Amino acid sequence: MEMDNFTFGITMLVAGMGGTLATLGLLSLMMAGLGKLFPYKEEGKED
Amino acid sequence: MMEAIIAGLGGLVIGFKLLFVNWQNLIMLGVGGVLLWLGIKKDCEPLLLVPIGFGCLLVNVPLSDVMLKDGFVRTIYDAGVDTELFPLLIFIGIGAMTDFGPVLAQPYTFLLGAAGQFGIFLTLILALYIGFPKLDAVSIGVIGACDGPTAIYVTSKYAPHLLGAVAVAAYSYMSLVPVIQPPIMRALTTDKEKKTVMKFTAKPVSKTTKLLFPIVITVVGGCIAPKGLPLLATIMLGNLMKESGVVARLTGAAENEIANVVTLFLGLCIGATMAGPAFIRAETLIVLGLGFLAIILDTVCGVLFGKVLYVLTGGKINPLIGAAGISAFPMAARVVQKVGSQYNKKSYLLMHAMGANAGGQIGSVIAAAVMLSVLAGMGVIR
Repeated sequence: MEMDNFTFGITMLVAGMGGTLATLGLLSLMMAGLGKLFPYKEEGKED
Repeated sequence: MMEAIIAGLGGLVIGFKLLFVNWQNLIMLGVGGVLLWLGIKKDCEPLLLVPIGFGCLLVNVPLSDVMLKDGFVRTIYDAGVDTELFPLLIFIGIGAMTDFGPVLAQPYTFLLGAAGQFGIFLTLILALYIGFPKLDAVSIGVIGACDGPTAIYVTSKYAPHLLGAVAVAAYSYMSLVPVIQPPIMRALTTDKEKKTVMKFTAKPVSKTTKLLFPIVITVVGGCIAPKGLPLLATIMLGNLMKESGVVARLTGAAENEIANVVTLFLGLCIGATMAGPAFIRAETLIVLGLGFLAIILDTVCGVLFGKVLYVLTGGKINPLIGAAGISAFPMAARVVQKVGSQYNKKSYLLMHAMGANAGGQIGSVIAAAVMLSVLAGMGVIR
């Protein structure tokens, strides 16, 4: 796909930064979920 | 016979003669000396700057053949940098050394780690505007990841001619974080915001969560950004080994022997890419300038995102911790703590900033991985 520098830069900003924010947002939710699923207090039981 | 002796002796002084003919080499010998001085006398990233400085000296000695075919540094370069193996091996060590507990205890700090990556993309746009080709601009932008191995991985793959400048910028600016960040943090926040006290209740994380973290990041992150899987996978492998606690020898080797040997070789190879005629160009100065700007932009965007969180949470989050959302771990977190405590002695931001900082470490890798996958999606790379 041939594209000029302006289009390339804006695409990288939107898709790259947007993708980074979305990925880290998703991972943040997953980690929060894992924290709830496996809370520290239940460590003894789960082991 | 006399002529032969004179010719033979002439061979011993030819290097000195060429030293003054190739002025770029002479200047780079000085640059190598400055890098060694920074590392040895100023304690500025010495593990990297000492081998880089020495590599720079080696390659700029006239008639040096260390980087020619079969030269000893070229052999190491081909084996470890050309194949992108060295940055990945260093990542295993970084994963084995890093405790992601603070970010797991406060998962929202992942988002601060994302905001700290804006500099990558803004600098990329600026580099394109200046006229750099697309992949050169990507490699320059990635200095903003504030993460040496990531910058080296991307640059060695897509713009190897910029490797010396990008690597030196990435590591030097990383060590200048305590100088670069505080003025920006002070300028962008009000006194009221700076004095915000954040409550911290130690929230331990279960071992199961710590074990699942590297696996989830590798699988989910790898599905989203497969082109960056080697980056994600290596740092997470190191962390999984550390958290599992069952492979202490491997963990120890990853964070000590392997990391040390690879750091030595990598530094030497980077220094050896700084040959005078190739390095002394306006392009190099522009790359160094853009790299500096990238880290400033990271800090600006991180603090601004912190301000957004401050408003959204009704003043519960101190915007200063946004500056820690970069990969310079744990230096950026310490800077936040220091600046915060200058305005409010009761403010203890370190643990929150450590979360953002660990988020920044993951964030920089994710940003690079996402960037590579977007490039692949657009057909710019294969």
